[in-house]
Amino acid sequence: MALSRRDMLRLGVVGLAHPLLPMRGIVSQVFAAPGAADAKFLLVFLRGGYDAANVIIPIGSSAYYELRPTLAIPKPNPSDPLSAISLAGPTDAAVWGMHPALKSMVPLWQSGQLAFVPFAGSEDLTRSHFETQDSVEGGLPIAKPGTPQGAAPQGYGSGFLNRLASALDGTAAPVSFTDGLPVVMSGGISVPNVSLKGTAKAPFDDRQVGILSRMYAGTRFEPLIAEGFDLRKTVAEQADAIAKGDAGVAMSAEMIAANRNAITAKGFELEARRMAGLMRDKYNVGFIDVGGWDTHVNQGNAQGQLANLLTSLSQGLAGFADQMGAAWKQTVVVVISEFGRTFKENGTRGTDHGHGSAYWVMGGAIRGGRIVGEQVAVEPKTLNQNRDFPVLTEYRALLGGIFKRMYQLDPNRIEQVFPNSVPADLDLV
Amino acid sequence: MRAQAWTSFVVATACGLSLIDGPALRAAGTPKALTRAELLWLDRATFGVDNATVTTYQQLGREKLLEQQLRPIAADPPALRSALAELSISGMSAEARVIANRAEQQRINGLTDEPSKQAARQLLNQAANQAIYETSKRHLLRAVTSPSQLREQMTWFWMNHFSVFSGKANLRWTIAEYEEAIRSHAFDRFSELVMATVTSPAMLEYLDNAQSATGKINENYARELMELHTLGVSGGPSGSTYTQQDVQELARTLTGAGVNFTGQPPRLNPKLQPLYVKRGAFEFNPARHDPGAKTVLGHTFQPGGLDEIQAAVEMLCRQPAAARFVSRKMATYFLSDDPPRAIVDRMVRTFQRTDGSIAAVLKTMFLDREVLAMMSAKTPPEKFKDPMVFVISSLRLAYEGKVLTNYRPVVSWLQQLGEPLYGRVTPDGYALTEAAWTSSGQIVKRFEIARAIGGGNAGLFNNEDNTPGPAVGFPMIGSRFFFERIEPALSAKAREALGATASQQEWNTMLLASPDWMQR
Repeated sequence: MALSRRDMLRLGVVGLAHPLLPMRGIVSQVFAAPGAADAKFLLVFLRGGYDAANVIIPIGSSAYYELRPTLAIPKPNPSDPLSAISLAGPTDAAVWGMHPALKSMVPLWQSGQLAFVPFAGSEDLTRSHFETQDSVEGGLPIAKPGTPQGAAPQGYGSGFLNRLASALDGTAAPVSFTDGLPVVMSGGISVPNVSLKGTAKAPFDDRQVGILSRMYAGTRFEPLIAEGFDLRKTVAEQADAIAKGDAGVAMSAEMIAANRNAITAKGFELEARRMAGLMRDKYNVGFIDVGGWDTHVNQGNAQGQLANLLTSLSQGLAGFADQMGAAWKQTVVVVISEFGRTFKENGTRGTDHGHGSAYWVMGGAIRGGRIVGEQVAVEPKTLNQNRDFPVLTEYRALLGGIFKRMYQLDPNRIEQVFPNSVPADLDLV
Repeated sequence: MRAQAWTSFVVATACGLSLIDGPALRAAGTPKALTRAELLWLDRATFGVDNATVTTYQQLGREKLLEQQLRPIAADPPALRSALAELSISGMSAEARVIANRAEQQRINGLTDEPSKQAARQLLNQAANQAIYETSKRHLLRAVTSPSQLREQMTWFWMNHFSVFSGKANLRWTIAEYEEAIRSHAFDRFSELVMATVTSPAMLEYLDNAQSATGKINENYARELMELHTLGVSGGPSGSTYTQQDVQELARTLTGAGVNFTGQPPRLNPKLQPLYVKRGAFEFNPARHDPGAKTVLGHTFQPGGLDEIQAAVEMLCRQPAAARFVSRKMATYFLSDDPPRAIVDRMVRTFQRTDGSIAAVLKTMFLDREVLAMMSAKTPPEKFKDPMVFVISSLRLAYEGKVLTNYRPVVSWLQQLGEPLYGRVTPDGYALTEAAWTSSGQIVKRFEIARAIGGGNAGLFNNEDNTPGPAVGFPMIGSRFFFERIEPALSAKAREALGATASQQEWNTMLLASPDWMQR
């Protein structure tokens, strides 16, 4: 049986790593408070800056309909499947609606397992994809514009999920569902990574794995070999189980039905279901990114480019929730993006880089079914620089508040994850 | 037949090293075998030692070989020349390609019949993908087979230093020309190389300078030109100290440098006309250039068109921070993740003495006494191969003397390992240090690629349409070359692993997957 890196840490095998090189993944063996131990967190990063205004739609804003003549989604109308889905409670005025492509999110919204945080984002105003992505993934305070970077701030060169894993004192089992290791997962703790787009087992039999492992024994790469093979094997088994409708656990009728769905799942939904299988059984801090959101040209309205992306994303997230089974109760999923887009549509039936976004928070036990965080009426005078949504809920404060509740982190631990940030208490978890 | 070769290898391994060091393999008149230190040195000066480079070294010795490597672009050997000539990118300028693409785009927009519209669109997309594939293929062909190994390494190094992304704007059509400009200046004065990028449509579009104009400033390029291309980040280890004010002033200086894909010169005020410059799709348009004086890093530049930009670039390249930043980056690529300060200092002095001659700095580094001493040390410095070096060195070892026809698998391997050519979205280029390439997922991926190369079934000899080409079979790495050059330096663990293999293909795989082979 292949040992996971975590097993090896417990056995002290990493002590064999190269003595001259910094060792990876030396995690202190203190255990965090009970109760937090079963908590699971998944971050979904929509790369490219998704057009939040057409997803969590300010249907009460006349400016929205004026400034987006070809892109606007019509106000909710139960007889029109191409109109917005109302997010209003029974007595609320209709302020927000949801893109019709998110129809698979409706059950989660109605059962209070999904919340939206409009006007969320980073204070980074560069409107540059890579700068904002990197800075969001780093999760560090932003230097004031115009000041050259001085001494490296605390945590520089690491990502906030890596620091979260470190703050969880050995109870974290982080994983990145990506080809390489993204900034957000980089840092002092070794994080395995694998893309779930393909799920082929590494093409080596046990004998060959044995040869490879022995060859690397005593090198600084030794812990990675077991970790890498182990993850690939688990992924292949999970994919197999999902395909066969046998998730390896006692299944409720509901889950059997869910797995039957999984057989036909394609694209992102299949990936998300595989992700859920791994997070349910083995990992508790996960990351995935989804690209294609940089819709400068012909982004479409109720149908089209953005609608297709949203259909695939929301089916995937619903599939993830479903596949988590009982563990969904302890799970929190947050969907973020580097920035929002211009409130006014541009000359090519698309939108350009903007500022404030809208984040999604999902989970089996969250207090959802509501729009969360500070809000302003959406009109030209409230727009940032007369063009984008403002940022009223900063992402570090939002996530810090969620982590604080999920894991009962003390202020020192919060400081470790998000230096110089005060967690916002939005009562979500 | 092959099994036999493999068996004889196992026997040889069992006998240990005596066979290799003994006179049996060395016929009379055979040139002196390279020492381990010499092989290590040669392994860094090239994308990986092979018979041809060893023979050249034996004929010329270290210094002459280096001189030969640093000479101006030489004619390609016939096989490489004919492979390059077959690429369609060789025949058309970037400007002509973009213009043709635009015309086709317009024609498609005018089509009314939806199916033929879609078919035409698909064809155009295929042409664009083909252009990028061929550009990659050209780069890889040279890396694997060109005798100018140092130039090819520096071409990769500078393409990474001045990184651009093929997915943006017209870059899929212009990168081929961009790379040629960089390759031709790979050993020249650093400021000449920088100017070649400043006047390249690919860079100007990638970092948005093509959109920047007086009164409508875009700072993107100005910032990266200082932070990533010349001085290093302000406040960082190079000693760079530019301010936001310097960025804004440099952005004003750079206005006017842009692209023109219309085929038509702009109408200009006659007074400005003499300042107008057009080379291919590159255009300096004085009407877009900020007409005021600018002060960058305390140096004031009077309005002077493209010459003003050139003066600013030369000023940047003469900053001590540039000498330190660029020298240390080269040492990091070739020597170690944390190159010794004294060696970098000597490179910096050469940089400053020669006004930034890249050839001179490389010569200082490759012939530095401390570098040579490091290679002769009992435990030579290890440099983890980045995906490009890992893949190219493996192909050079496995297939020396054979002409690979289909590079699509290689393009895909680099993609899977996270280092595709022209695929870095951000302008900072790929990391040159180990930590970026050693996640567990990436290491196992390397094993798979070792298996694909070692097993000989990757389709590298297929025709471009992926129909089967000539039957080449799996490589026979356990050759005399291996015994003489590689085996003696292998770790005991790697030897044990090779001894435990059950076939030649598996033996190849384990060698290419060994920790020894991951480093150079």
